[in-house]
Amino acid sequence: MEKNNTDYSRRAFLRASALAGGGLMIHFSSLASLVLPKNGEAVVSEQWSELNGYIKITPDNLIKLICPNPEFGQNVMTSLPMIVAEELDVDWKQVVVEMGPHDNVKLGSQFTGGSNSMRMYWRPLREAGATARQMLMQAAAQSWEVVLEDLTTKAGIIYHEKSGKKGSYGEFASKAAGIAVPKGVKFKAVKDFSVVRSSRKNVEGAKIISGKPLFGLDYTHPGMQIAMIQHPPAFGMKLKSFDASQALKMPGIKDVFSMKLYEDGFEQGGFDVRSFNELLVVVGKTTWEVMNARKKLVVEWMPAGDTKNTVGGRGGKREVVVPGELEDTDAQHTKMREYAAKPAQQLRKDGDPETAFKNAAQIIERTYTAPFLAHNCMEPMNFFAHVTAEKALLVGPLQAPGWTEPTLMKVLNLPADKIEIQMTRMGGGFGRRAYGHYLVEAALISRKVKAPVKLIYTREDDTTYGIYRPMYTATYRAALDADKKLIGFHLKGGGIPEHAVHANRFPAGAIDNYLAEGWQIASNITVGAFRAPGSNFAAAAEQSFLDELAEAMGKDPIDFRLELLKRAKDKPVGRNNDYNADRYAAVLQLVKEKSDWNGADHGKYSRGVAAYFCHSSYAAHVVDMVIRDGQPYVERVFSAVDCGIVINPDAAANMVQGAVVDGIGNSLYGGLTHKAGVVEESNFHKYRIIRMHEAPKKIEVTFVQNEIDPTGLGEPPFPPVFGAVASALYKATGKRFYQQPFLLTRPGLPSA
Amino acid sequence: MITLNINKKTHRVDADPNTPLLWVLRDIIGLVGTKYGCGVAQCGACVVHLDGEAVRSCVTKISRAQGKKVVTIEGLSETNSHPLQKAWLDLDVSQCGYCQAGQIMSAAVLLRENKNPSEQDIDDAMAGNICRCGTYLRIREAIQLAAKDQKNG
Repeated sequence: MEKNNTDYSRRAFLRASALAGGGLMIHFSSLASLVLPKNGEAVVSEQWSELNGYIKITPDNLIKLICPNPEFGQNVMTSLPMIVAEELDVDWKQVVVEMGPHDNVKLGSQFTGGSNSMRMYWRPLREAGATARQMLMQAAAQSWEVVLEDLTTKAGIIYHEKSGKKGSYGEFASKAAGIAVPKGVKFKAVKDFSVVRSSRKNVEGAKIISGKPLFGLDYTHPGMQIAMIQHPPAFGMKLKSFDASQALKMPGIKDVFSMKLYEDGFEQGGFDVRSFNELLVVVGKTTWEVMNARKKLVVEWMPAGDTKNTVGGRGGKREVVVPGELEDTDAQHTKMREYAAKPAQQLRKDGDPETAFKNAAQIIERTYTAPFLAHNCMEPMNFFAHVTAEKALLVGPLQAPGWTEPTLMKVLNLPADKIEIQMTRMGGGFGRRAYGHYLVEAALISRKVKAPVKLIYTREDDTTYGIYRPMYTATYRAALDADKKLIGFHLKGGGIPEHAVHANRFPAGAIDNYLAEGWQIASNITVGAFRAPGSNFAAAAEQSFLDELAEAMGKDPIDFRLELLKRAKDKPVGRNNDYNADRYAAVLQLVKEKSDWNGADHGKYSRGVAAYFCHSSYAAHVVDMVIRDGQPYVERVFSAVDCGIVINPDAAANMVQGAVVDGIGNSLYGGLTHKAGVVEESNFHKYRIIRMHEAPKKIEVTFVQNEIDPTGLGEPPFPPVFGAVASALYKATGKRFYQQPFLLTRPGLPSA
Repeated sequence: MITLNINKKTHRVDADPNTPLLWVLRDIIGLVGTKYGCGVAQCGACVVHLDGEAVRSCVTKISRAQGKKVVTIEGLSETNSHPLQKAWLDLDVSQCGYCQAGQIMSAAVLLRENKNPSEQDIDDAMAGNICRCGTYLRIREAIQLAAKDQKNG
């Protein structure tokens, strides 16, 4: 048997062993038995030759592909390795997949979010596969003393037709690993794809449905303790004093203490956002014991007052004042109305919108609002940490290890090579797990108690101390001339603490006189990315407005959009329009056809349509609503999506269906409100999540077939759902809906 | 000490009788397929079978489980051979996968009691299980596929 010929594979093996208690890394022995059962006996091989960071091969031709990006349900653990398998030219059945450790050098930027996995890794993974294949062929050519050009491959076997020689990749893997990496290796033609563009099942499907330990919360470690944090009861409050004497008497409790997350003056990067800096920590043996002991804490809280954060990153180091106010949702709405009436920052201007509005025969003005949203990942935030003076091991659910590592280095005063981060499968992410403060918290707690620790947020912790989708509003105005022609368009958007105006998006570029403005209100409520950040509100408001505008102009809502897109294509207004009008129009035309938009047999449905472009992909939906038991119910949805080449079609359809369900749920029921800084929806009994009986009976997904390099899919289908639902609701009820969530309206909100 | 019968094995557990079964399964016995989602019987991620009935283990005290048979997702079948597990794989239902054990355990009781569930029956029986990724349509379809499989098999 050949030996491991790289240090890396040995290191990876050690890491895999460290995770044997239940991390995502899989034991080699179980891999082997899973894939190559010979005579019922597991074949165990640890002789991995590493061809590059993504590919390892054993002498008996077991192919292991390393997934660089964390998995939170978008199925990258299957679809990213499919790209490598395609170019490497191996049978997918030969392949085992392993989640890679955090290693930006070997595995790229390893960030799950922004629908960027495919966009970011398409070329690097094709290169990894094609280059490794070439190296294997070179090794074979050398061994057989033949010319490279005479070799072919199929399903992990190298052939030399002239001599009749053949050999598996495994036979040449060790030799190939020592060959200089060739440059400029040609990729397969798209028409020759046999793995990519065909549906492959989730590589962890069987583990999921048999309850195997996959998630961060499932991870365990010898001597591991459980930690929880008691946070202030409200945004705008902080710790005054605490008495832990009762809590410490509870069974299983080891320690109670308070500590700071970031020291004063710590320069926070964009993803270092955290709700509270002062942590009151309870550490004990088991989850239930710590939960109970935490209830026995006697804590005094006090108003935090205005505080200062030191923020770095884009814009340079600066002090940001966080207002100390205890915020109320009703007061937030009042404040938004005040700000909406003030002058705002101009973000884009084309032509002369002022004159267009002055000369208008008719002005249509509508205001839309949307609440804060909590991500509600089914697996609450948690992380394992074992920190000593020399090194740190961190294991758990995380979207962006590369963004938290620099923070850990500073906070723990350890170099990068002493910090090992392993990403488990995540029970949802939706943007929430891009903010790694909970790892840093876990690390500091572990260092303090000198033990391996798993920090767990309860559901209430997770919901009430979140990094939320901001609260938004936007006022749209349209100027029509006497012929009902659209002559001016004005968008003024705001939010707490940021607005959602994307000034260069459609319909910018399609209207001669256009103005976009934005404003924002500072707040102590912490916000961050939430599935299609900004877009999730922008699409809802803009697409609802276009629907109403089409009606006022006496046009079909799809035809109206297509006319605008034609204008944007033929004679674009302004510069920097950040969409492709043809691809945008194509998804609308496709959904029009698939839904039989003009068909006569849709009388029983109230139909709404919307389309949107974000995160480099295009999506359109037609939503068919009925009134069922007196309640609006989306029974059927048609979706058309252009995300370029679709890597794994059935899994991609699953994700679009999920985005549609998520969009229906959040548009109708989603929302987080505050009373004196306290989050009012602490758990699922108050925070309404869409359930099975509220999900459509059918969601038919069609992808545009093209050969454009793939772009993302996690986010783009989500935002337009809101607009389509709003327009269907109008058809179903005769009433326009301007405030999300549409079916849980609060009293005292502004109306158009 | 409390004696529990879990997946046909006897476990003697040193824990407060008021401890929810969920945390004994996860933290003491080491069966982590049963998930924590809300702790207040709202999401269904923690569903297990107690003498064949679907219960939410996050609010089921171990004192109540004593003397009864507990089945968790790990004990539903030995080789993923339950019709629901097969259907889940056939239709590639899972996205993040966190809720799916609870979904399957809820569906297993429905399918045992109702060999031929309608869409309405499924919606009613599964209303207590949240899937944040929105895989409901595939779950519904998988339950119907499993029902067919159960009838034919």
